[in-house]
Amino acid sequence: MTQAAESPSPTPPPILKSRHILSIAPLSREEIIAVLDLADRYVELNRQIRKKQSVLSGRTQINLFFESSTRTQSSFELAGKRLGADVMNMSVSTSAVAKGETLLDTAMTLNAMQPDLLIVRHHASGAAELLARKVSCAVINAGDGQHEHPTQALLDALTIRRRLKRIEGLVVAISGDVAHSRVARSNLLLFQKLGAEVRLIAPSTLLPAGVDRLGAAIYRDMREGLKGVDVVMMLRLQLERMSGAYIPSTREYYRFYGLDADKLAVAKPGALVMHPGPMNRGVEIDSGVADGVQSVIREQVEMGVAVRMAVLDALARNLPGGGNR
Amino acid sequence: MMAPQIRGDATRRAFVNARLIDPAAGLDQQGGIIIADGRIVAAGPSVSGASAGAGTPVADCRGRLLIPGLIDMRVFTGEPGNEHRETLASASAAAAAGGVTTMIVMPSTDPVIDDAALVDFILRRARDTAIVRVAPMAAITKGLNGLLMTEIGTLKEAGAVAVTDGRRAVTNARVFRRALAYAKDFGMLVVQHVEEPELATGVMNEGEVATRLGLPGIPVAAEVIMLERDLRLVELTGAPYHAAQISSATALEVIRAAKARGLPVSCGASINHLTLNEHDVGAYRTFYKLSPPLRSEADRKALVDGVRDGTIDVIVSSHDPQDADTKRLPFAEAAFGASGLDTLLSAALILHHTGEVGLPRLVETMTAAPAALLGLETGRLTPGAPADFVIVDLDRSWQVRDEDLKTRSKNSPHEHRTLTGRAIETVVAGRSVWRSPVASTDS
Repeated sequence: MTQAAESPSPTPPPILKSRHILSIAPLSREEIIAVLDLADRYVELNRQIRKKQSVLSGRTQINLFFESSTRTQSSFELAGKRLGADVMNMSVSTSAVAKGETLLDTAMTLNAMQPDLLIVRHHASGAAELLARKVSCAVINAGDGQHEHPTQALLDALTIRRRLKRIEGLVVAISGDVAHSRVARSNLLLFQKLGAEVRLIAPSTLLPAGVDRLGAAIYRDMREGLKGVDVVMMLRLQLERMSGAYIPSTREYYRFYGLDADKLAVAKPGALVMHPGPMNRGVEIDSGVADGVQSVIREQVEMGVAVRMAVLDALARNLPGGGNR
Repeated sequence: MMAPQIRGDATRRAFVNARLIDPAAGLDQQGGIIIADGRIVAAGPSVSGASAGAGTPVADCRGRLLIPGLIDMRVFTGEPGNEHRETLASASAAAAAGGVTTMIVMPSTDPVIDDAALVDFILRRARDTAIVRVAPMAAITKGLNGLLMTEIGTLKEAGAVAVTDGRRAVTNARVFRRALAYAKDFGMLVVQHVEEPELATGVMNEGEVATRLGLPGIPVAAEVIMLERDLRLVELTGAPYHAAQISSATALEVIRAAKARGLPVSCGASINHLTLNEHDVGAYRTFYKLSPPLRSEADRKALVDGVRDGTIDVIVSSHDPQDADTKRLPFAEAAFGASGLDTLLSAALILHHTGEVGLPRLVETMTAAPAALLGLETGRLTPGAPADFVIVDLDRSWQVRDEDLKTRSKNSPHEHRTLTGRAIETVVAGRSVWRSPVASTDS
């Protein structure tokens, strides 16, 4: 695609109203679509041999990860580097330190280093929001507790849009540990904004209070919930929730809430199977399905880099002196 | 998974000239039933010797009562683990003699029934050794430890009809909340022993009688606190909940109010709490040491009212066989529990003879009501239902003697009493599993 091989136009127009991306909630449908359109172009770029751009040339990007995450951190790192930014990774151990204090202390320290883009992951909901108020650079939430993970939702949307050519009117089932999932919250918001019908599937113990007021249909029976859906998004079950607390055992969870060929058969033929990773094979998803023809799980990883490039690009345009290259 | 089936008798037979009471169908009139292939083919006033058809053996019930076989929702046995107290076989013999055709057995065995393989074990042992139907409740928490939820979905598929921790309450509110929410997803009833253990360290009802006997008491509050907490969690989760047994007027009021608020709540009372009171403890008689404890006469009367008006859904035997080693001890050291399968029907008929509860309602609490709570197809005489029924002589008096009881443990609170009314024939899946020693029906 010749258009994508070109660099963005010399004075790219702003596409986001906000200085930060902290959640999907405040984004408009138009902003989301603009990010996805830009990401589409980066997908094509990433498939070229020469991937390097200079959009972020001179910019400093800091990846501040209070929770370890190979996948998201490397995705952001690669995205920044392909756009020409200087990228620094900071993995902060949270042990033995009063957490709120550490977060703000770290923020002030980092701010003094004059970064332009700060990518933050933290185990506490609202951490990205708190940080954004204290620093003068752009902040991207790479996952805050059980709140949101906006770039995951954007990459999921990009994956689906490229496969099914649309999002409006699709039926998307999100299945698993909804209660503790920031991915579920971001995706629910995003797909509703784009006109898809969202279903949530989980045992009652993994559904948060008031979930019935979020505009999604709730299913406790996975087979019922999967009937006729276009997309099945599986959620990761955290280890500490696996045995006896929220669910009796992984064995029972797999039996009733694990995505296997049998349950997938009630979805629409050819329905997409997605997972934000890392997967617990044989717990929330069967290996055969995870690696099967309907799975787009590896594609999600590819889309992740493109979406993060689009988000970095978009936020850089809003920075002081933004839009310069 | 298909539960193993009980042995039945496919023979076509008719039982006529009976007073039929079938609360599930609102039936109370003279008539008869025809059975074939272990199921009821016809029931009602039009069934007679003539309508049975040529060649069908006809039994004349001579005006006696014919009711659905009783379903006893709270039966402890010693199998597996304490077979010297009771096996499924010995309990089923006691059940048959007491008019009980379905025993709901508790998971409080050794090992605890907290795994699908153990549910399957109970069902297979029952099929091979028991003469009445056996349906197990499985544990709510693994090993009854009160902490980790069992595989409720898998247990249901294996044939468990409800979950309970037996003699123990699930005291951890977070665990109980999750168990309720999770069980609801699988349509499993959660059955709770409503007693706060920290308040239930005594050995009998707290009050004047206990004080005079010098025994530590268990206050009514122990029951009410757990019940009220549970009801908050039921409200939070919307999950069906059954208080296994209540013993006090206050708890009854709490249940009554909860039902009025529309909560999915039900409860049981043991026949002991409906016919006995704390004074029966008398001279430290350990067979009256029960959990929950026998309360005051005012409590007993309130419970009877509760049975009559439907606040109490089911009457259970709370059959809990204990051997001499655990009962022939000073009162405070003896085990809780009374055997009750042999006497469930006869003791329940006390309430009929005193006029405290009408027969149809009494029968309902031990047939249609437990069947509805547990989703069983027994407990009714409607055509197509399993041929599980009892022929009862309401006026037959008998003395409760140890040597006549079929249960392996003889800790009956009714021992030496004369009870009026008795099962004279008990039929399970078309097969007669009990006939009273004196002539029963005339063929």
